[in-house]
Amino acid sequence: MSAISDPKVTRISGTALPVRGNDIDTDRILPARYLKEVTFERMGEYPFYDERFDASGTPKSHPFNDEKYKGASFLFVNKNFGCGSSREHAPQAILRFGIHAIVGESFAAIFAGNCIMLGIPTVMVSPEAIGELMQTVESASDTSFTVDLRSKILSYNGKEISIDLPETHRNALTTGAWDSTSLLRGNLGKVKEVAYKLPYMTGFRG
Amino acid sequence: MAKHTLYNKIWDSHTVDKLPTGQTQIFIGLHLIHEITTAPAFDMLREKGLDIAFPERTFATVDHIVPTDNRSRPFQDSQAEELTQTLEKNTGQFGIELFGLDSENQGIVHVIGPQLGLTQPGMTLACGDSHTSTHGAFGTLAFGIGTSQVRDVLATQTLAMDELKVRRINVNGGLAQGVYAKDVILYIIRTLGVGGGKGFAYEYGGPVIEKMNMEERMTLCNMSIEGGALIGYVNPDLTTFQFLKDKKYVPKGAEFEKAVVYWQSVTSDGNARYDDVVDVEGAQIEPTVTWGINPGQAVGIFEKLPLAENFSDPEGAKLAYKHMGWQPGSPIMGTPINVAFVGSCTNSRLSDLRIAAKVAAGKRVHSDVRALVVPGSAEVKSMAEKEGLDRIFRDAGFDWREAGCSMCLAMNPDKLNGREICASSSNRNFIGRQGSPGGRTLLMSPAMVVAAALNGKVVDVRQYN
Ligand code: SF4
Repeated sequence: MSAISDPKVTRISGTALPVRGNDIDTDRILPARYLKEVTFERMGEYPFYDERFDASGTPKSHPFNDEKYKGASFLFVNKNFGCGSSREHAPQAILRFGIHAIVGESFAAIFAGNCIMLGIPTVMVSPEAIGELMQTVESASDTSFTVDLRSKILSYNGKEISIDLPETHRNALTTGAWDSTSLLRGNLGKVKEVAYKLPYMTGFRG
Repeated sequence: MAKHTLYNKIWDSHTVDKLPTGQTQIFIGLHLIHEITTAPAFDMLREKGLDIAFPERTFATVDHIVPTDNRSRPFQDSQAEELTQTLEKNTGQFGIELFGLDSENQGIVHVIGPQLGLTQPGMTLACGDSHTSTHGAFGTLAFGIGTSQVRDVLATQTLAMDELKVRRINVNGGLAQGVYAKDVILYIIRTLGVGGGKGFAYEYGGPVIEKMNMEERMTLCNMSIEGGALIGYVNPDLTTFQFLKDKKYVPKGAEFEKAVVYWQSVTSDGNARYDDVVDVEGAQIEPTVTWGINPGQAVGIFEKLPLAENFSDPEGAKLAYKHMGWQPGSPIMGTPINVAFVGSCTNSRLSDLRIAAKVAAGKRVHSDVRALVVPGSAEVKSMAEKEGLDRIFRDAGFDWREAGCSMCLAMNPDKLNGREICASSSNRNFIGRQGSPGGRTLLMSPAMVVAAALNGKVVDVRQYN
């Protein structure tokens, strides 16, 4: 994912794909056996693998297999999405499948943090709103949605609903600072100052 | 400064800067890595031409994919071999200490950190693994992170983070016999919900916690993440200091005394202000068993499985019943099992194995059950063998294995098959977690796992002790 020219994430438009259910854990999103791969390259083939394919590899009915949701930019989910294992392979799989933003009722902490590190907004809407969004896309999968992180508005079919996300995440995305390494690295001098004030960093000899 | 929690104190002393995004840049005192979530992080460093800021503050081991029976190299699983070699190459190239397969310090990352005294009070710690919360048992702020964050820690020894709120959880009174730290945390998760800890650090305290030894506190903090809390911790006390004394990486002599002074200084003030306080009565906690597909779907051993409608999320409960193939109203007691697993970073330390061995001594594993005991580290294994625990387990019909994550997540040859039901001392009962998409996991304490193994079904360990 190094080829992104402008890292600023401000506005995302496109169709959506709904996955219903609360507490969907990252073992379900990306089964552990795919963590054996040395790179993230092929993760886009695996999201929800065990729910999408049976043991012989035959596709089962699942939104990620459904032709009508092909090309979706948004993933719609319910509550506490991404709980469990910290594997970044899970958001990597979703991103590489083609999803650019996730809209849901709430997200597990590590998962949301991992998404930000990849420039994927995880935006929260009310339970009623997510219910309506899911219904809308299930009955008309070609509905186009737009999320604007600056105005914190999700719009579709002439409607507007307000979205929520931590201010720090919103800043990181809209300013392009979500790729945090260079930001953090810029402070290395200060890091050393703070570090060597900590008694354990000098073996308690100070 | 008064009214401060351990969390606030460590957060403040480790703050490097307020970032333009509003996040805080936090110094990470100790970084632990393993073979699974790190390979791409090293690639990213190479791609960006970055070196490692504090290579002496990162330690590595192999745990997730290592086979626990035949460990001869190359591994039969070529992917496991490749990942292991990649870690060996990366740690070699970047000058990071690796406790590899033939090291006496090898083991599950959350077992070896404390065992070596790398984990200490008043530190921040990060590891690319959600159960990093385990280290909070020492009064450490221990964060589970993803691979891009591993890259950041390698490159800068810091993370960009948002400050958490602090919820104090008091466990009052005492515990009944046969009730362990595992039951306490399963009870807490069941009560507060798997998402209940979102946005919080959990501070555990009260008489029950104060009485716990360090290994019990690790079990407790380990599963904070299953309650949705990014971290959990216990204030360090005499129990903590005694555990740490003489550990390999803990300072000795006069420096140890200075360390204790520092460790005491980070504990929460008596009048600390919390964002939330929850009280739990220890006496109400029974041996607890999960029946569903997340750790919050749990019941006491005498309870019947609840109606889906009684859950705040009936659809989730219905999915759990569908996967498990059970009906509301049936008892958990007597549920047949096929596999019994004692191990994982939750419950694979010496005291866990002692308790398990006591239940197993002189008995036989039920003929329908395959059972295995997997020590959390090479050191736990050798200490257990010195005490003869391996003989007790073997004589009872358990497999006795080499250290690793084993059947906790089944990225190695230890797996469930088909629809097998596993009584497991691990921490996750998610669908497919133990290696079979149709597999079923019942989480419980090690004592309860052994009792189930002997009886071929879920029983109350107190009747078999
Ligand atoms: S034992 Fe299980 S939970 Fe713990 S680190 Fe290993 S795989 Fe993760």
